[in-house]
Amino acid sequence: MNKARGVIFFEDPPSIVGFAAVAGDMEASGPLKGKFDKVFEGDMDGEKSFEKAESKMQLCAAKKAIEKANLKFEDIDIAFAGDLLNQCIGTNYGLRELEIPFAGVYGACSTMAESISLASVFVASGFIDRAIAVTSSHFCASERQFRFPLEYGGQRPLTAQWTATAAGSVVLSGKVEGNIKVKAVCIGKIVDYQIKDMNNMGAAMAPAAVNTLVKFFKHTGTYPQDYDMILTGDLGQVGSTILSELMDREGYPLKGKHSDCGLLLFERERQDVHSGGSGCGCSAAVLCADVLDRLNCGKLKTVLFIATGALMSPTANQQGESIPGVAHLVFLEGSE
Amino acid sequence: MNMSYEEYGKLVKKCSPNSPIFKTVPLSFLVGGTICAIGEAFRLWFVSLNMSKEHSGIWVSVILIFATALLTGLGVFHKIAKIGGAGTFVPITGFANSVVSPALEFQTEGFILGVSSKMFIIAGPVIVYGTIASIGSGIVFYIIELFGGNI
Repeated sequence: MNKARGVIFFEDPPSIVGFAAVAGDMEASGPLKGKFDKVFEGDMDGEKSFEKAESKMQLCAAKKAIEKANLKFEDIDIAFAGDLLNQCIGTNYGLRELEIPFAGVYGACSTMAESISLASVFVASGFIDRAIAVTSSHFCASERQFRFPLEYGGQRPLTAQWTATAAGSVVLSGKVEGNIKVKAVCIGKIVDYQIKDMNNMGAAMAPAAVNTLVKFFKHTGTYPQDYDMILTGDLGQVGSTILSELMDREGYPLKGKHSDCGLLLFERERQDVHSGGSGCGCSAAVLCADVLDRLNCGKLKTVLFIATGALMSPTANQQGESIPGVAHLVFLEGSE
Repeated sequence: MNMSYEEYGKLVKKCSPNSPIFKTVPLSFLVGGTICAIGEAFRLWFVSLNMSKEHSGIWVSVILIFATALLTGLGVFHKIAKIGGAGTFVPITGFANSVVSPALEFQTEGFILGVSSKMFIIAGPVIVYGTIASIGSGIVFYIIELFGGNI
């Protein structure tokens, strides 16, 4: 059996030629203040529903990334995009007007890494020149779908995370040389350690992150110390602690190399987000607002971006099912 | 990952912070107690106005439900509930909030499929099992009285 199933190294690595991040005002007042391409006001930003606001955000992220890559919509051959809502309506309505060939993606909070992986493979195949990967999430739209109404007076446990209102977008090209390259991707398998608590997603996702990371390290013969940053998607404080403990046991201690998008987007105490940020917009926005920028200007050289998804369904959960996790890895390299 | 589900469950428990009960329990006692004291103050006032015991109790419920609905609509109630926890949840305020909050939120789906049908997504079970329990206790009372008991 090939132990490295899912790991793909590109002979001709695709380049990231444009990227953009947009966020809600709460996210934009956190540690990444001033780094977003656009900030959306309030829960709806003038739209009639939370879902419409999310679509608007996603469209804006896609447009900005294409614009920053000095391209037109017609130049993009395919879009891989997704969000957290049923039938991915944030995406379907958001990208409708772009008229770019579209493949919808659902990977819960792992969607950004999944869509970048798919876009990279498509571009590297040579069948297309350029692809875009877009991902979004919206706090209010997610809460009403997965949990309770906004005005419902309940207390959130300390293990709960805060779904980010944010979107990120990346344009990949096989022809134009960019400063950032996607060297490899690693598609993770579904890992389920029987966590049933909908308010502890970090615990549901951590084993998936471990599985994908260890697979990648084993395949490449590398260790966490060989990279500048190991950036997980949204494990939050609880999930990050578990990840660190598990990686120690696996013989790949992360020692100071690990960052988590859920902990980078918010100031946990001040913004009262308990275990940290979550949602696929969280990792997408942190990647596109901050990390890609640092790769682009040479402050970071190698980053393993590993977005984790809790494949949670309220229906399955009510039927007594556990929450499966999945994690996909994207190996990013900046130029000297 | 060479670890059993039980072992992992233990690790998760170790890494997950517990609710700070030394803070949350007194707070819920204070907030819940305040709500009940307000209700009692109204009741005594109504009684002093020569209202019957039964009617004054009903009017207290009406006032607390109205106040909750108003505060929920103003976006204040969930902030009090965040501090009060069970203190706001257990009195009739919790029930009123659980009806008003989905009704507000699902306005975007219209009055039929949104507001009116989603209104009871949280309170529905309370109404169903509350009704069943009251029927059950009614039957018990009836039987006791049938055999000459006095309640």
